[in-house]
Amino acid sequence: MKHYETVFILNPVLSEDQAKDTVEKFVKVLTKAKAQIVNTENWGLKKMAYPIQNKSTGFYNLIEFSASPDTIQTLETEYRRDESVMRFLTIALDKHAVEYNSRRRKGEFNKNKKAATAKKEREEVSA
Amino acid sequence: MTLMNEPIKRAEIKPKYCRFKKNGIKYIDYKDPDFLMKFINEQGKLLPRRLTGTSWKFQKKVTQAVKRARHIAVLPYLGDALK
Repeated sequence: MKHYETVFILNPVLSEDQAKDTVEKFVKVLTKAKAQIVNTENWGLKKMAYPIQNKSTGFYNLIEFSASPDTIQTLETEYRRDESVMRFLTIALDKHAVEYNSRRRKGEFNKNKKAATAKKEREEVSA
Repeated sequence: MTLMNEPIKRAEIKPKYCRFKKNGIKYIDYKDPDFLMKFINEQGKLLPRRLTGTSWKFQKKVTQAVKRARHIAVLPYLGDALK
């Protein structure tokens, strides 16, 4: 079993429910292949840095899981079959990445960022 | 008047350091565009090691992270006045 993380971008033409169903479909593909889902994240409709298929936004989703290496092939085949997936990226995580992700889930990094933005705002108010 | 080079003020030259080694950062997240912005220029190109001071070990990881970020459209392949 290895740790993996996959990010995929769904077509913004889909409705919220359709997007949710598609994500569930991929989660099912993973659980069927005996993968253990560690974390799923939905970043919502996000603006992309450059247009893909003439669309400037997309539904971003992230799944973190541990599975056997054969699973990746089946998952990526499913991605290619589904026309609503505009882009996908699957990476293997090393031990540092796993540690980083568990800290990220607890929101340690967001706290720092929130504190930083709050500090900036305070400085702006005082200036 | 003789042509002479100005003496270099050695004290003013700050030695470069690798920020990852110094701060103990072991993993570079490709999902965090704000952090990766420090390693690209305003066209979206990767900055060389000689400017950022990053060690070779971590420069490879920065490169990997930026390329992944570009693939999932978190960073642009080519930009214009990003900073």
